[in-house]
Amino acid sequence: MTIPHADQIRLYRDMALARRFEEGVAEAYADSFIGGFTHLYTGQEAVAAGSISALNHDDYVNATYRDHAHALARGADPARLMAELYGRTTGVCKGKGGSMHFYDAENYFLGGYGIVGGNLPLAAGLGLSVQMKDEDRVVMVFFGDGASNNGVFHESLNMAKLWNLPVIFLCENNFYGIATDVRISSSFNEIYKKAQGYGMPGHVVNGMDVLEVRELCDEVVRHVRQGAGPVLIEARCYRFGGHSMTDPARYRPRAEEELWRKRDPIPRLARHLLKRQICDQARLDALQAEVNETVEAAMRFAEESPVPAPEALYEDLYVEEPGA
Amino acid sequence: MPEQRFFEALNHAMFEEMTRDERVFLLGEDIGLVGGTFRVTEGLMAEFGARRVRDTPIAEATIVGLATGAAQGGLRPIAELMTLNFGILAMDQLINHLSKMRYMFGGAVSLPVVVRAAFGGGTQKGAQHSHSIESWFVNVPGIRVVLPSTPYDAKGLLKTAIRSDDPVLFLEHEMLYATRGEVPEEEYLIPFGQAEIKRPGRDVTIISWSRMLLESLDAAEKLSKEGIEAEVVDLRTLDPLDFETVLASAARTRRAVVVEEGWRNVGVGAEIAARLQEHLFYDLEAPVQRVAAADVPTPYAKNLERLALPCADQVVEAVLKATL
Repeated sequence: MTIPHADQIRLYRDMALARRFEEGVAEAYADSFIGGFTHLYTGQEAVAAGSISALNHDDYVNATYRDHAHALARGADPARLMAELYGRTTGVCKGKGGSMHFYDAENYFLGGYGIVGGNLPLAAGLGLSVQMKDEDRVVMVFFGDGASNNGVFHESLNMAKLWNLPVIFLCENNFYGIATDVRISSSFNEIYKKAQGYGMPGHVVNGMDVLEVRELCDEVVRHVRQGAGPVLIEARCYRFGGHSMTDPARYRPRAEEELWRKRDPIPRLARHLLKRQICDQARLDALQAEVNETVEAAMRFAEESPVPAPEALYEDLYVEEPGA
Repeated sequence: MPEQRFFEALNHAMFEEMTRDERVFLLGEDIGLVGGTFRVTEGLMAEFGARRVRDTPIAEATIVGLATGAAQGGLRPIAELMTLNFGILAMDQLINHLSKMRYMFGGAVSLPVVVRAAFGGGTQKGAQHSHSIESWFVNVPGIRVVLPSTPYDAKGLLKTAIRSDDPVLFLEHEMLYATRGEVPEEEYLIPFGQAEIKRPGRDVTIISWSRMLLESLDAAEKLSKEGIEAEVVDLRTLDPLDFETVLASAARTRRAVVVEEGWRNVGVGAEIAARLQEHLFYDLEAPVQRVAAADVPTPYAKNLERLALPCADQVVEAVLKATL
């Protein structure tokens, strides 16, 4: 185990924050403070927390519509994220993006995107900018098992390898594209092996174990940063809820859900930290209390924030207006 | 003033802007080694190298997405789609991503991307290689749409497009590439949103752009022999649209004809006609006429293609209807 103890404790805090944040979102959604499509990350926390913690602050990240935990892991302000969900002017995108479209340039979180696979070419483009500007950066792009069947997945991997771009393609395989089991939608289910088709390394990792994710990503990030070209990672994980807030996930066997819940990444890390005496229960309790307070404050901040002014409707469309 | 062909004017615009700003780079199919299917990028790879003039796989969606991501990373890409027909494969990136990102991220990102594409029919290329679908893009907020009709405009507008911090779709009619026109040696730029009266007249206003502008000028010449003096307005950019120039002209002539190569049904002409009646309902002497393509896929047979696409004679007919 090469991960510093402080980092391990930090990972516990990051996952607990992501979990509590989503619980808060679910409450606020039920109370109609949040509308539209809202996709919770509950169950998958180890993937975003573990992988993003392996990055430098100024490495680029973009993600899918299930983007809350990624923005949090990048260090985005939970209050401004929550305000975005509430459609308030204090939100990270001034209330114009919503759940699926977080953006935080200061923390190099370059967007959540709502079209399956659509963010993959953007990540390749970011990689190209890094390479052409000779910057010391890598790009990490998140997508789901569903996107791996989309044309741009193949186009992006091909071009990333063709030009040896510094991109880590991280597939969050939660086994369902909305309701469709990956076994029904994919001719070949070992997604990480698709890397071979483009001559790049592919790895699979247990996405329910944050330390495993972090260890693999430490190694992969080092590799990519050295200029060795893109890498594909498949993190196998499970969303505990439905696809979105309005999906009761009736298509999944209850026994399967129970099995995966036993693999919950947060208690798993807690057991490890206690067993190895990296910290005690009191420390974990204090961290939990801290994130609870953070989310509560975020929800207060969001609720008290103003909605966008009507004038905002026509703002932020173009940089340049003719005649202006 | 020296004369240049349309494709040379475009080539010089890119040469000048690439010399001026090293963040500008090109990517697209067959643009480097062979200099572009329509010779527009000829010599640029030899001058600027394969790093800044990048031949790509045939992967339109990822070409546009890659350009968008590279712009997020601080570069100023010019993506060539070879033809707009193939650009239909990139609609998700053009519409869902490039055109939407600035607004949906609350102005947090600017995307100085130029997407160039040849387009248009008239050369017997059949149903899948003859599209004039600029109206699709004009319908979408968030992307500028530019369609020059002369070498002079092509150069000045492309330079503006490259310096613009907003996404620009730059459409070049295939039949214009070989046309000649005066292009000064000294530098100049043409701002977006400024229509130009290409021929003054008092009796009727003909509104057009791109290749149809030439058909309209032809028609105006024929009409002049009949004693009808048509004013021909070249819109040059459909977004932003210089409606003021159109309105001022039509208010003087009290008659208007819109000429476009795209399909008539829900075309740009419908929008301009609607706006004219909003402003000049009691001043117009006749209903606004629309000259546009027949609402069928473009046929191959020469005689049928001629019937399908608008021509000067149809413009003359429409003007006569408007001036009866």
